[in-house]
Amino acid sequence: MSLFAAFAYLLSSALFILGLKLLSSPKTARRGNLYGAIGMLIAIVVTLGDKNIIDYTYIIIGLLVGSAIGTILARKVQMTAMPQMVGVLNGFGGGASALVAYAEYGRMGSQTAGNAPDVLVMLGLSLLIGVVTFVGSMVAAAKLHGVMRGAPILYSFQKQSNAAILFAIVALIALFTINPAQWYLLIAIIGLSAILGVTSVIPIGGADMPVVISLMNSYSGLAAAATGFLLSNNVLIISGTLVGTSGIILTNIMCKAMNRSLANVLFAGVGADYEGQTTTTEQRTVIRYTADDAAFMLENAQSVIIVPGYGLAVAQAQHVLQEMASILVGKGVSVRYAIHPVAGRMPGHMNVLLAEANVPYELLLEMDQINDDFQSTDVALVIGANDVVNPAARTKKESPLYGMPILNVDQARTTLVCKRSLNPGFAGEDNDLFYDKKTMMVFGDAKATITGIIQVLKK
Amino acid sequence: MTDALVFSIYVFILATFVGIEVISKVPPLLHTPLMSGSNAISGITLVGSLIAAGEGHGELSVYLGMAAVILATINVVGGFLVTDRMLEMFKQDKSPKPEETRRGN
Repeated sequence: MSLFAAFAYLLSSALFILGLKLLSSPKTARRGNLYGAIGMLIAIVVTLGDKNIIDYTYIIIGLLVGSAIGTILARKVQMTAMPQMVGVLNGFGGGASALVAYAEYGRMGSQTAGNAPDVLVMLGLSLLIGVVTFVGSMVAAAKLHGVMRGAPILYSFQKQSNAAILFAIVALIALFTINPAQWYLLIAIIGLSAILGVTSVIPIGGADMPVVISLMNSYSGLAAAATGFLLSNNVLIISGTLVGTSGIILTNIMCKAMNRSLANVLFAGVGADYEGQTTTTEQRTVIRYTADDAAFMLENAQSVIIVPGYGLAVAQAQHVLQEMASILVGKGVSVRYAIHPVAGRMPGHMNVLLAEANVPYELLLEMDQINDDFQSTDVALVIGANDVVNPAARTKKESPLYGMPILNVDQARTTLVCKRSLNPGFAGEDNDLFYDKKTMMVFGDAKATITGIIQVLKK
Repeated sequence: MTDALVFSIYVFILATFVGIEVISKVPPLLHTPLMSGSNAISGITLVGSLIAAGEGHGELSVYLGMAAVILATINVVGGFLVTDRMLEMFKQDKSPKPEETRRGN
């Protein structure tokens, strides 16, 4: 690497860090993303000038094909499908790292034996992380997209067999370090890593995908960092590590919000604990209200907090919700949104869905900011959310939800709940909120209900 | 252990601290763009892919390199563009503040 290239890569790294820093505010975030893109462009242009590159044919084909596919994906993807999109992109990043590692082995050619053992270990690790990221992300994306069954796939000795596969891969890497000329060892590492990618994601249920997507995000960064170690390239190590930490931080936030430990996610069984759990069968009655009643309550309130859940996005009701909210604001009602960390299918997903529906971002408040305000609020409007407002999380010690942070909608003067049915949420826990005296249940599709409310409000 | 590896470990550890500092300041509001944007950054493997595809070290390396270039370019281009598309949607409130228009009741 020339001195010029080394400094250019340093500039790229600085731009990546600066770009991520600017993501701390929605006012500067777009500029931050642009800085990141400029950093990337600098790194690419400088690399193209590398004296080792003798043939540009395949590079140009690759860049053109990749840019075309990337542009189409980015333009066409629906905001509801963003988790799959990020999943697929994570996978491609990991796949690229694995391919580079194998190509590097080809480049070593007959001189493999001359390499230091740590270079060979890094080669093995790059393949392992890259392939697991690629295959695991594709499985996660297939689950999220509905191509694959979302329910957890479980079999006996699952954790043990995953651990055995990982152990076998580590053993193969050690063996490869001793016999670097044996290329089939690498093929075995790739094969086992691909199996591990599948077996480590299939036990995780569809509802827990935010954790998996965040974790794969982290892996894709670590894959790039491992390739950086292999090539002794600092810009790869720095950017890969930044992404790796970002993914781990997000994974942690998701785990906390979902009441799970990271170990529980990493070593299988997420979403499995409550498989087959039955809900209480005792007959309790709820009082059904209509859109007319809901409109009356909302119109006569001074303050309303809307709690959106993924059911809102499934019903594609974000736009009508925003229309309803602006009518209420026009009538002098204060309207805000309370966003639970796991509202949606990936970290921050609900914010993107509401921003797309033109909800100003100042009105999107995170749980800690708004939770104390419910007690002084007239109406809490819960749409398509269930577990995140279930009071069992505070009181029922035996519930899988116990200890999970929830939104205090039951503290509002009135709680309006729009839901399709009384069916329990993903956790399989019946929701006492629905039977509360202060709660008004409006059954039906979120979009139809809100449209009904709008019609009444407009009269 | 080679000097190169020791140096790489230095960079790795320091970058971890920078990452924790910077990322923990990103509000949950922007966590989805953070994921897609950081994801685009992890497409930096493209740098390694370009060299593998262009060095002409045997057919296999070249084809693997080209495949890597395609995957990494999708990652980079798709990631930055989709992040920009999302961030463009985050708008400030332009309507008058509720307090100013509140009814008299």
